[in-house]
Amino acid sequence: MTDDRSPVPPPLALVDVTKSFGSVRALRGLSLHLRAGEIHALVGENGAGKSTLVKTIAGVHRPDGGQVLVDGRPTEFTAPADAQRAGVAVIYQEPTLFPDLSVAENIFIGRQPRTRLGTIDRARMRRDTDEVFGRLGVAIEPDRPARGLSIADQQLVEIAKAITRHARVLVMDEPTAALSGVEAERLFTVARTLRDEGAALLFISHRFDEVFGLCDRITVVRDGAYVSCDPTADLDVDTVVRRMVGRDVSSLYPKEDAEFGDTVLEVEGLSRQGVFADVSFSVRAGEIVALAGLVGAGRSEVVRAVFGVDRYDAGTVRVAGRALPAGRPRAAMAAGMALVPEDRRQQGLVMESSIERNATATRRGLLSRFGLLGARAERESAREWGARLQLKCGAYTDAVATLSGGNQQKVVLAKWLSTEPRVLFVDEPTRGIDVGTKAEVHRLLSTLAGEGLAIVMVSSELPEVLGMADRVLVMHEGRVTAELDRDRADEESVMYAATGQRPSEAA
Amino acid sequence: MAPERIITSPPAAPAAGPDRPRPVRRIASLLSLRESPVIAALVVTLLGASLFVDMFASGRNISFLLLSVAAIALMALPMTLIVVTGEIDLSVASTLALTSATLGVLWESGVPIETALWICLAVGAGLGALNGVLVTVMGLPSLAVTIGTMALYRGLAYVLLGDRAVASYPQSWVSGARDPFLGIEGLPWIAVGVLVLAALFAVLLHATPIGRSLFDIGNNDEAARFTGTPVRWTKFWLFTLSGVVAAGAGVFWTLQYGTSRADTAFGLELQVVAAVLLGGVSIFGGVGSVLGVMCGVLLLGVIRNALQLFGLSSEVLQIVTGLILIASVVTPNLVAKVRARRAPEPTPEPVSAPAPEPAPAPAPVPDSTDRPHNGEQS
Repeated sequence: MTDDRSPVPPPLALVDVTKSFGSVRALRGLSLHLRAGEIHALVGENGAGKSTLVKTIAGVHRPDGGQVLVDGRPTEFTAPADAQRAGVAVIYQEPTLFPDLSVAENIFIGRQPRTRLGTIDRARMRRDTDEVFGRLGVAIEPDRPARGLSIADQQLVEIAKAITRHARVLVMDEPTAALSGVEAERLFTVARTLRDEGAALLFISHRFDEVFGLCDRITVVRDGAYVSCDPTADLDVDTVVRRMVGRDVSSLYPKEDAEFGDTVLEVEGLSRQGVFADVSFSVRAGEIVALAGLVGAGRSEVVRAVFGVDRYDAGTVRVAGRALPAGRPRAAMAAGMALVPEDRRQQGLVMESSIERNATATRRGLLSRFGLLGARAERESAREWGARLQLKCGAYTDAVATLSGGNQQKVVLAKWLSTEPRVLFVDEPTRGIDVGTKAEVHRLLSTLAGEGLAIVMVSSELPEVLGMADRVLVMHEGRVTAELDRDRADEESVMYAATGQRPSEAA
Repeated sequence: MAPERIITSPPAAPAAGPDRPRPVRRIASLLSLRESPVIAALVVTLLGASLFVDMFASGRNISFLLLSVAAIALMALPMTLIVVTGEIDLSVASTLALTSATLGVLWESGVPIETALWICLAVGAGLGALNGVLVTVMGLPSLAVTIGTMALYRGLAYVLLGDRAVASYPQSWVSGARDPFLGIEGLPWIAVGVLVLAALFAVLLHATPIGRSLFDIGNNDEAARFTGTPVRWTKFWLFTLSGVVAAGAGVFWTLQYGTSRADTAFGLELQVVAAVLLGGVSIFGGVGSVLGVMCGVLLLGVIRNALQLFGLSSEVLQIVTGLILIASVVTPNLVAKVRARRAPEPTPEPVSAPAPEPAPAPAPVPDSTDRPHNGEQS
């Protein structure tokens, strides 16, 4: 079905769409043609207008100008229901299922099949769900509650929902951001199946390996405007990056070789029932150690336990030879630890609070005089760190929620770097931030390591792990399954260890 | 009454732009303060009451008014901190009653008041700590916990006193509770005491690391935990503090009226919560100021006082309190909705709902009141 091209109008097309919010022009004349039987990638830096575009397609936003064409006919989506009727389905990064309903009930929510008596036909719901999952080649039990499904599985449930609604256009907004490599691969298989069945797919991602591996055509957007649209075969990563940022990006992973100092952090036999077991590692000053592995392997949990936000059952944590009490973030901070957590919005920042208050939240005691904390002290300190990290923001009194993802991450970094730590934990430091800021963060981490900071980085992006780390610890199901030096670590060795296929070499 | 917290709507219209002259910006930010509506309402109500209600502006009545809100104002202070962290303490009135009963029993059994007073405060600390333990260690919602202890503490007060009343307190203590400050007519010493305490609480909430962390906890306790804030410990101490202050209010209340009864101050927690919400503290936590709350306490007191002078019955007062409570919760939501609807248009200036009259500086409240001077928030 891949060959019905030119004569048939595309199932969904946007022509010269514009959309403004107040004085911000989010979309300025964007065009996009989604063809049946094709996976189309949309790439652009954060703030380039991708989310606005998705919401326009989903019927959440109404464009100020331009046209939305469904099968070539101008159509107006006034509400998400209109878009659904037109066969458009959007899979968000983090789906929102009803946790207490079963998988099948979630798929048929609001349109449950009925029996002749008017009650819900559970048997049919289950049958249909099984059938869809069979088509997608997915094994999820239809009767299990949605609670506890991994994000990857939740996305598959959403896709199944879309299919049972006969969606012809499937939009996936950064679906892989929270997925491990294996999970992402499974999602791609599903996406290819759908493409071969004649659906039009729009795939949004910051990861180029995925974009190039999966998509047939790539549209680049910048500052809310269309830049280019070419078949993937005619493009390479450098070209795309150049078009996205409108300039050359020197190097994404500028890790410099550094002299290692003394061992700063020692973790020994750290265990927590059912989460991770017998985790030991040490980090020297100036070294970047990456914790790699699949999502759910227990990497973040280890880092959180070491920092003291979570408890652990056994093991010791020593900083510069001194043992740390368990479960005491305060003590960890006093010993010179800092944690840039995985979930920026929930754990890293108080979104309603101002930039200056967030940036100084770790040092309120130090900024106080006679126990009193003045707004001026906070502002000056926040300014100083904002300038150092090239934070782009309006006023420092604005809520941190008004910033873009990359700038929010800079506030989190400011908050922790200002404590002048000896050990820095960064958990997914570049998740969901744009290419330009990403490079800045990498350069920053490299510089900090060069200045003698010990860094532990959790990352699900293999290129980031391989590019930045001096040493890679790979975790699988709560255990360290491999410890690889920089020159021995490559995609294959890490992936093997992450999937537990080549059991423990070290630990 | 006060504008609801602005939940990440599209980048809130650039407030007073940085290019504006300083004083203009300052006035603009004053006008958009969350508590400005309650301040304005207080000024209007005070003016209206002085002009149209006979006897309102007399020294005797002002003194009566201030005495009648003193206990509420006291309990509203820790309540403000608790609600800012997203919790609530509904047991304050029962704590007050149980302390009052304790004082009565102690006094009857011959313990001197000076000693009994400290025992009462310790009892209050214990009662508050129990709330704190149930909320933090057991991880129960404070709404449920304190509804439970509200009934429990009231029940214990009945156990102590039954339906008797203790009214044999020494006259010097009873009239002493109502003494004016430095002989100034219309200004009971307790008003000054509350004012000082309010200033302390305002400093604690708005100008210390602990105060900042309270807002953090109310907005996002997980992020607070990741920043090293001892969330549960903080909440435990807040509930304990609330118990101590409620006990202090209980002692004052007992001496002021010269009696201890188990059913005293029944339903007073409603007025405390109403005043806190009226003062612009968000019931969802994370937003609020001591200044606003003190204005809320006064506003509620003035309205009730004026209606009493009009000769309205206590049933009507009860209804009015209920209506004000509802209005203070509903209005911010309405304001937020109206704003959200208007949001797409570039709003030049986020003017808070009912723009108060000219008064640029924090409206000077006539007469002396327990309004703290230090309570600006932002």
